[in-house]
Amino acid sequence: MSNATAKAKKGGFLAGTANYLDERVGVAGILKEFGRKVFPDHWSFMLGEVALYSFLVLLLSGTFLTFWFQPAMTPVIYDGVYGPLKGASMSVAYASTLDISFEVRGGLLFRQIHHWSALLFVASAGLHMLRVFFTGAFRKPREINWVVGFGLFVLGMAGGFTGYSLPDDLLSGNGLRIIDGMIKGVPWIGSYISSLLFGGEFPGESIVARLYSLHIMIVPALILVFVAIHLFTVVIHKHTHYSGPGRRDDNVVGYPLMPVYVAKAGGFFFIVFGVIALVAANVTINPVWNYGGYDPSPVSAGTQPDWYIGWLDGALRLAPTHLEFVIGHNTLSMNILLPLVVGILFSVLVAAYPFFEAWVTGDKREHHVLDRPRNAPTRTAIGVAGMTFYAVLWAGAATDLLATNFKLSLNQVLSTMQIMLIVLPILGYIITKRTCLSLQRKDREIVLHGRETGRIIRMPHGEYIEVHEPLEEFEAWKLIDFKDYAPTLARPNAKGKITIRARIRSGFSKFYFEDRVAPVNALELKAAHDHKEIH
Amino acid sequence: MAIKRNKNNARRSPYAAILVILAGLLVSGGGYAAANAVVSAKSETPYSAQDIKTGNQLFLANCASCHGRNAEGTKAAPSLIGVGAASVDFQVSTGRMPGAASGPQLMDKPAQFTEQQIKQLAAYVASLAPGPAVPTSNLDPTAGNSTRGGELFRINCAMCHNAVGAGGALTEGKWAASLREASPKEIYEAMLTGPQNMPVFNDANLTPKDKQDIISYLTYVQNNPSAGGDELANLGPVAEGLFAWIFMLGGIVAITIWLGAKSN
Repeated sequence: MSNATAKAKKGGFLAGTANYLDERVGVAGILKEFGRKVFPDHWSFMLGEVALYSFLVLLLSGTFLTFWFQPAMTPVIYDGVYGPLKGASMSVAYASTLDISFEVRGGLLFRQIHHWSALLFVASAGLHMLRVFFTGAFRKPREINWVVGFGLFVLGMAGGFTGYSLPDDLLSGNGLRIIDGMIKGVPWIGSYISSLLFGGEFPGESIVARLYSLHIMIVPALILVFVAIHLFTVVIHKHTHYSGPGRRDDNVVGYPLMPVYVAKAGGFFFIVFGVIALVAANVTINPVWNYGGYDPSPVSAGTQPDWYIGWLDGALRLAPTHLEFVIGHNTLSMNILLPLVVGILFSVLVAAYPFFEAWVTGDKREHHVLDRPRNAPTRTAIGVAGMTFYAVLWAGAATDLLATNFKLSLNQVLSTMQIMLIVLPILGYIITKRTCLSLQRKDREIVLHGRETGRIIRMPHGEYIEVHEPLEEFEAWKLIDFKDYAPTLARPNAKGKITIRARIRSGFSKFYFEDRVAPVNALELKAAHDHKEIH
Repeated sequence: MAIKRNKNNARRSPYAAILVILAGLLVSGGGYAAANAVVSAKSETPYSAQDIKTGNQLFLANCASCHGRNAEGTKAAPSLIGVGAASVDFQVSTGRMPGAASGPQLMDKPAQFTEQQIKQLAAYVASLAPGPAVPTSNLDPTAGNSTRGGELFRINCAMCHNAVGAGGALTEGKWAASLREASPKEIYEAMLTGPQNMPVFNDANLTPKDKQDIISYLTYVQNNPSAGGDELANLGPVAEGLFAWIFMLGGIVAITIWLGAKSN
């Protein structure tokens, strides 16, 4: 640092500024540490970035909206420019949303940018989670970061819900009514919680202001904190990379953050922002003026939540009706409680998966090289089963639209989906696992015998053979570099006793690894090559 | 307890039930008759005898196989006695009648008869018994109050037809039709006659002025596309979510693949 001072004097303005900052806040040290972080190159590593950038767009556009939105439920007579609501009685919140849409310059564009980027935020976070799951990026040391990321997904849902409930139009009011109903369906404490949340009987006069505080302060602050933890952990752990020659669990192969990734990521931010702005300028989202102000009596056909709440709405629709128990003075309405339980259980399973898999494999090593999904057949199959379960619930939120648009019977769509909710995940599991194993066998075949060229040649002694083109070593590496687990036996503990826990664990281990295709080892490879020479 | 029971012994009398039923019948029957009187107050016909005669021939040739030779109805189709000219005009001019195929509900399609023929069919059916006539007034959307119409629409119609009339699902394969193309006369006739699965909104239920306000609201949303750009068929959040996943995230993933591709 001392000779940096000497050099900087002849470096002009930039060097002078850099030196000024370095001497005061140690920029050089930070840049040296942070700027030389290496990031691997792969398109699927950019999905989390998409989520981050759409969150930045959310913050920017949301701040713009707070200048005009008024979170009050005081009734007013609308006197704005939208004809079919002129003279209607509505809340201040709804009137100010209409004003943002029709009278604030650029207001509608910003509303649409905000809403579209919210949809994109949760969608890209979800896709990023799927990438992390199917490549096994949640394994040690990243289990906790998986939970943090899961928390971000849930916070995204919370941010979205509190946001689209703010305009106090008919659609958002219907959504709140459903939440109110679900809360009231919780035995014993439900009605108290509802009364506390809404400040009395639904809808009350305070819910919009309360949701507003959550939406613009608490939820975004939590998201920011979680994003900070999420990214900081990525820096600590270093990024994972896909297998390839020279890529190991103790290194990262890629380009440094400075200058390559800063430029790439900076440019990518503007691409994401550009896509959002393009869509927001051309496609309507949540046309609140169509729905009218909230009134508890009407419900419009086609009332659905935004997509990320859809799976919970679907659970409500698919739940079997007429399942009710009366205990004392309480009615346990299973068509409300079942979706709640299913939703919570599914979320817990997703959040806890890394710990479960680590327990089953007993693998305490650090993993920085990602799995190809086919090389972890059971995990991939479980992932597909989970995705299918979620997807059926998600589609369940659109039963009415499926019925009208495909000319089907609503009742049959509903019962078909109830069956699909159970059957499809099982089918998905079996098909995926078998497909993965077949792909692994194909990989073995290619590594050992090369690619079929389709060229038939006749040998001098008259035999016909097809020429197999051997794989380049660079290519072969990707196909043979994966960890192979074998089922473990239940072992006795120090006291010489086999515990139930150990038996369960070995049961799961068998479930995971009984059907497996081992990677090609050196001996097999050598034998295959020797064999070829005999030909 | 015993004393209390004695006090209420008028309620326990064997005649009590009969008296209550009688009172109930008087109230409901009288009310129904009064309401009916309001509905079918006007029944002057704009049709000539020739219209009725030709209408009868058209009916025998095209409708009688299901509705019966005297429009008395069969197992396949309901009686048309008393349904009125408005009902015939609506069903035939929107192509729902004659039906193309039996199913949960009859589909709309291009009309199978000329305006003249529809008028003659309506004349014949109207001649059988009094019923709602084809509306001629309260059809001008510019004279209605669209704010009030919007409110009435959301309260009475939106639960099946969607907030802006994009349509919606009913049970067992039936549906509430989209109103995005419906004309003022069709909207009025549908409310007046309650075609297929739709309930009747008679003049005691929604006054002609109310109907005109609803027409005014629907015409406004038909003629004024969303200020925010493409409406995604007005299907709401499901269409928005699919658009976000397929086009936004799909587009961005395509860009990431392009960015992550190795230059050859």
